[in-house]
Amino acid sequence: MLTVYHYLVLSGILFALGTYGVLTRRNAIVIFMCIELMLNSVNLTFISLSSFLNNLDGQIFVLFIMSVAAAEAAVGLALMIAFFRNKESVEVDEFNLLKW
Amino acid sequence: MELLFFYLVAMVAVLSGFSVVMCKNPVNSGISLVMTFFCLAVFYVMLYAPFMAAVQVLVYAGAIMVLILFVIMLLNLGPEMLKRFRHGVIGGAIVAAIVMVQVMMFVGRGTVAGVQGDITRQRVLEEGHMQLMGLKLFTEFMLPFQITGILLLIAIVGALVLAKKDV
Repeated sequence: MLTVYHYLVLSGILFALGTYGVLTRRNAIVIFMCIELMLNSVNLTFISLSSFLNNLDGQIFVLFIMSVAAAEAAVGLALMIAFFRNKESVEVDEFNLLKW
Repeated sequence: MELLFFYLVAMVAVLSGFSVVMCKNPVNSGISLVMTFFCLAVFYVMLYAPFMAAVQVLVYAGAIMVLILFVIMLLNLGPEMLKRFRHGVIGGAIVAAIVMVQVMMFVGRGTVAGVQGDITRQRVLEEGHMQLMGLKLFTEFMLPFQITGILLLIAIVGALVLAKKDV
């Protein structure tokens, strides 16, 4: 019997994978993709709970999360292009313009 | 049967999520991420949320991933160089393990409780998921919906300003 706990455990595993990627990778675009992975695992949690509790509110929040992720993608990738133009790289070790 | 299918798709999702994190080449990571998104869309269908599955495929696998792959190919990034040190792999692994253990503890100990709503699976099948979502979105969640529109507008303007050559 498929229960809500299966989905919660799966999204926990995906969230931990995303955390590991954000903390260990050096390429900013890959870090960005790992953040998308974390957002998606939270979406899975929302939808599974909303489906098992017969309540639609969680799915509405998933729509909002998706639109925020789209806005984040647009702004973040524009930032990376602007950064690449100055430094010829998108490695986070080189991101030290705000250091003093 | 359903459980078997769940385990199969979950295995594909976890493996492709793992290769998002592990692939040296960002293009391979992006393609693995698309695979993960499709697996999540399958789960949304299994959870009686077909509209969310469609949005997942259209918005995430379609729009956002195309944008990311476009930028990767525009910037012509090679594989990540192995430099003097690996970027805190041990620390990252420890933190990720702690996160996972905590999630498992929460899931294992607690029970999912809450007020049962009235949108049963039977009703979703009868009235249509999209209709129910639209009804809720345009009555109860009208203000957040409009704020989301403003947020997207601001994001478009911000991206344009950032990507322009000389501001």
